[in-house]
Amino acid sequence: MSEENNDVVIRVRNLKKYFELHAGMFKFWGEPIYVKAVDGIDFDIHKGEILGLVGESGCGKTTTGRLLTRLEDPTEGNILFEGEDIAKLKGKELKSYRRNVQMIFQDPYESLNPRFTVQKTVMEPLIIHGIGESYDERVEMVIKALEDAELRPAEEYLDRFPHELSGGQRQRVAIARALVLRPKFIVADEPVSMLDVSIRAGVMNLMLDLRDKYNIPFLFITHDIAVSRYMSDKMAVMYLGKIVEMADSDEIVFNPMHPYTKALISAVPVPDPDHKHGRVQIKGEIPSPINLPPGCRFWPRCPYAKKGICDVKEPPLVEVEPGHYVACHFAEQLAAGELETGEEAKEVIEESEKIES
Amino acid sequence: MAKNLLDVRNLSIHYKIQGGWVYAVDDVSFTLEKGETMGLVGESGCGKTTTGYGITQLLASNAYLKEGSKVIFDGKDFVQMSTVPSKEYKGYRKIVEYHPEMREYRWKRISMIFQGAMNAFNPVFKVGDQIIEAIKAHEDVTDEEARKRVEELYKLVGIPVDRIDNYPHEYSGGMKQRAMIAMALALNPDLIIADEPTTALDVVTQDRILGEMAKLQKREKVAMILITHDVSVVAEMAHKIAVMYAGHLVETGTTRQVFKETAHPYMEALLAAFPNIKKEKKERLKAIPGSPPDLANPPKGCRFAPRCPYAKDICLEEEPPVVEVAPGHYSKCHFAEELYGELGGGESNE
Repeated sequence: MSEENNDVVIRVRNLKKYFELHAGMFKFWGEPIYVKAVDGIDFDIHKGEILGLVGESGCGKTTTGRLLTRLEDPTEGNILFEGEDIAKLKGKELKSYRRNVQMIFQDPYESLNPRFTVQKTVMEPLIIHGIGESYDERVEMVIKALEDAELRPAEEYLDRFPHELSGGQRQRVAIARALVLRPKFIVADEPVSMLDVSIRAGVMNLMLDLRDKYNIPFLFITHDIAVSRYMSDKMAVMYLGKIVEMADSDEIVFNPMHPYTKALISAVPVPDPDHKHGRVQIKGEIPSPINLPPGCRFWPRCPYAKKGICDVKEPPLVEVEPGHYVACHFAEQLAAGELETGEEAKEVIEESEKIES
Repeated sequence: MAKNLLDVRNLSIHYKIQGGWVYAVDDVSFTLEKGETMGLVGESGCGKTTTGYGITQLLASNAYLKEGSKVIFDGKDFVQMSTVPSKEYKGYRKIVEYHPEMREYRWKRISMIFQGAMNAFNPVFKVGDQIIEAIKAHEDVTDEEARKRVEELYKLVGIPVDRIDNYPHEYSGGMKQRAMIAMALALNPDLIIADEPTTALDVVTQDRILGEMAKLQKREKVAMILITHDVSVVAEMAHKIAVMYAGHLVETGTTRQVFKETAHPYMEALLAAFPNIKKEKKERLKAIPGSPPDLANPPKGCRFAPRCPYAKDICLEEEPPVVEVAPGHYSKCHFAEELYGELGGGESNE
């Protein structure tokens, strides 16, 4: 993260987004209350790289995506796009940034206008940004984009409406709409979670192929870690607005260091009846992002938490191994297996062992 | 046969729509023993939910059972009990609504965990009261006794007892799901039909709820039908698996058989399209070409034939028979015998 690299497309530093709550009387006296959706995150995305952002619902991954496309204004921090800070852009400059950055949304049933034909949907960005000399030239570009999205023959799709398309085809139209501007960066927010298994694989392969073909970097947001591992080169795990661990995808899956990542990985079901897995050893549920626990955000659920350290000081994201970043006071001991779990966690483990047998 | 708790034979459920029929479930047969978990897997619109709800006849009013369908639960044929021959459509039977005997079975003997339990509770009543109401609807107990039972159930599923008097919006998603499970267990049923019980939940919560369900199921000896689109969930939970495609059961067998000795091309394709997090090397997933057929107008022969890489002329013409490739392992495919042992399926997943 520290080394200078020329092919960094997106560099995020200390990015924060606080939503103010205007609940009743709080507005008039006392301190304003904030939901800290994203609370100081750093990462780089290089050319042609897919960064998978995973975490449970409410961890801030969608807000991060919306900040990068500037659908939300950051509270603090920098977003460098090809070296230029776009966190505070406004007006014309923002519009020209948006030409370079496109988004693919989760629900292809909602993200397409039901009264627009495929052609109108995909052509609209061209009109907004004034690209193409003539109507014919734009149609040409639309056809090219549809073919890139593997909707062939493209001419057959031009006059169709969304209701005439299947879920997979709709998502391909959404991808074509994102591609038509030749963006330099794409944010995909849960793009396959609404699709059936047999369709999903095709859409994922399409995105991988497009990355190979055009070298476009992606921020790939998903709650499904198996999907994220398949799609992304690097993965960042978020918990309550913070990145707790970031490394190569295989490293995250086979050598997780943060206790939260460990729990998350062990909870993923595996499509193999021979696979034996231990039950998750963390307790409770995600606390509300309004009343964050002091110190490390994860300590109230952490089986390794040490009083006096974890509940006092917030751990920074440090490079434990080359390219492997972890935000935990005991990351190195954990990696070496030197850390004992607390008493409570032992009970949980024993109980789960009983169930297994 | 006698030891089977549930014996579904040739179950066909069709929906009458304007100008035709939707052949949602066609000729589905399976059995379930006491205390056994069966995973019913398939993609959206394949008829898995209709099959599950069809057992207790919780179906829309335009649903008809084809003559010859049998759902035998603990020796009692539900189809004979609470359906009558349809006056309008020859060869079909209509469900009698509010049939008193059927209502006795529902919840008391067979309970359900509905898809999206988030919304299955009434938001204006306390969660505990809703469970108490379900108990009192079927059993002659006092409020105190019912409340005591709810307290026990809460302990069983792992919700703090002091949350009984909370409203649904005060529960998190995982807690609502647990409360739903508590409600399903309230009357000590013999069979639970769980429709996508963890689909809307985060992985950590999902893992806990599934663990909880497996534990309770073992202890209480309840049989379970787990309806889901997620093959990895059934791999962990189920003793046996029934795979549905476009209204047909295409493959049934023990979990090991279906995953490791896959006998139907659809199951093979499904496994090849599913990312496995534990696989050492990332392999490219294989998408299944095309999309599932419209069940109002299903293809003539095998319903999977238009998407099947092994399809031959006969597949497009004739509906395949159900072939027993190994004891207890069935595949609905013309080439089941030839393909058995040849398909990738589980092997490529190791």
